[in-house]
Amino acid sequence: MTQSILTDIKKAAKKSLKAQEDELANTQKQLEILSGDLFAGGELPFFKDKIAETGQFPLKPKKLEVLQINVGYMCNQVCAHCHVDAGPDRKEIMTRETMEQCLEVIRNTGAHTLDLTGGAPEMNPDFRWFVEEASKAGIQDFIVRSNLTIILANKKYHDLPEFFKKHNVHVVSSMPHYTRGKTDKQRGDGVFDKSIKALQMLNQVGYGMPNSDLRLDLVYNPSGAFLPTDQSAMERDFKKALKEDFDIDFHNLFAITNLPISRFLDYLIASDNYEDYMYSLVEAYNPAAVENVMCTNTISVSWDGWLYDCDFNQMLDLKVASKVKHIKDYNDDVLSNREIIISQHCYGCTAGAGSSCQGTVA
Amino acid sequence: MANSYYDPADLRKFGNITEWSEELGKKFFDYYGKVFEDGALSAREKSLIALAVAHVVKCPYCIDAYTKDGLQRGITKEEMMEAVHAGAAIESGATLVHGVQMMNKYDKLSM
Repeated sequence: MTQSILTDIKKAAKKSLKAQEDELANTQKQLEILSGDLFAGGELPFFKDKIAETGQFPLKPKKLEVLQINVGYMCNQVCAHCHVDAGPDRKEIMTRETMEQCLEVIRNTGAHTLDLTGGAPEMNPDFRWFVEEASKAGIQDFIVRSNLTIILANKKYHDLPEFFKKHNVHVVSSMPHYTRGKTDKQRGDGVFDKSIKALQMLNQVGYGMPNSDLRLDLVYNPSGAFLPTDQSAMERDFKKALKEDFDIDFHNLFAITNLPISRFLDYLIASDNYEDYMYSLVEAYNPAAVENVMCTNTISVSWDGWLYDCDFNQMLDLKVASKVKHIKDYNDDVLSNREIIISQHCYGCTAGAGSSCQGTVA
Repeated sequence: MANSYYDPADLRKFGNITEWSEELGKKFFDYYGKVFEDGALSAREKSLIALAVAHVVKCPYCIDAYTKDGLQRGITKEEMMEAVHAGAAIESGATLVHGVQMMNKYDKLSM
């Protein structure tokens, strides 16, 4: 039974939930599930109450360190766990006008990290222009989250490793496992071989090599209804296997917990894992991780310029609780007084050693 | 009331055994936690040993727990199945080696 549902999900996974007009494409529906009986019935505590136990409610931002910009939801892949519900059928793409508004903020904000994400950010027609302009702003750490396969998807992307190098971009790439089976199951058939080839291309121009300043980090997301453990042990295993099998070097591995939203939530419900997964998250709750949870030092900008506490809140359409809600009105002082919007998906960032776009936090 | 001796949800309540015997329960969980830390063997290796033993003692809770633990550690299904076979081989070997006792007894009793 479960297997046939999962086969259906896999077949449907060639399209986004939005294109399938799935009810979970509705963010309100997702939020209702996240506050449903499991929590409202008292079986598990609401995130708000949990952080209140240690005096951490309301959650307030600290100094802004990371500006994360989502330049569009279009992607060449349709990954089964994607919290963005990205895919080739998503048409939401940041315009140059919004990029210009972002550049204005990048030049003036104190954030030391600029983090471009998507979708596949490279598919935005103004991506290269934006990277060139942004790299002039003298940001300390300029990250592009690349899904790797995009580099091989079309001839026009083949020179991306050289382009990244030219602008000293820090490449952060998804790689769910060092074996073909697990990678393709999560990300689609053929993704593993293409990812390996792309990593070799990045290595060839100097990315990820020992002592190289060209940073290449990998992101590991579990390919199923379980949490990541021990980022450093996983990093050792990935390094050993990728080196021995494919002569690939990289710098660090970030273990990121899948949050129960969007396509991953759809998978959890269809595979009858939702309740157990929420239990796992709540049981692994770590108050020390709350201290450094990424929404306290990050602002997330959507393709159309709206501001969010994090990329997950963006996908749930929970805009910042502040008078300033759009990049065109950006104001550090006003934003730093806001309260961070939370719901039960936030348990994903506080489980175990914590989870953020930069890996563990505790 | 569950109509089965085993309820998967009971695994979450394992910690509750401490409620009826705090000192022993606490000592057990401290010991248990310590055993599975990285030591001369890695936590990853110990997870595979635990999975093999879970099958040999036929503990459904332990099988659930260490399959999930293995997934969390990035252990592959091939590694997991080999561990189960290692446990099964020892278990069947333990049965078969008693065949020597049978042979000895048979010989002793036979003219």
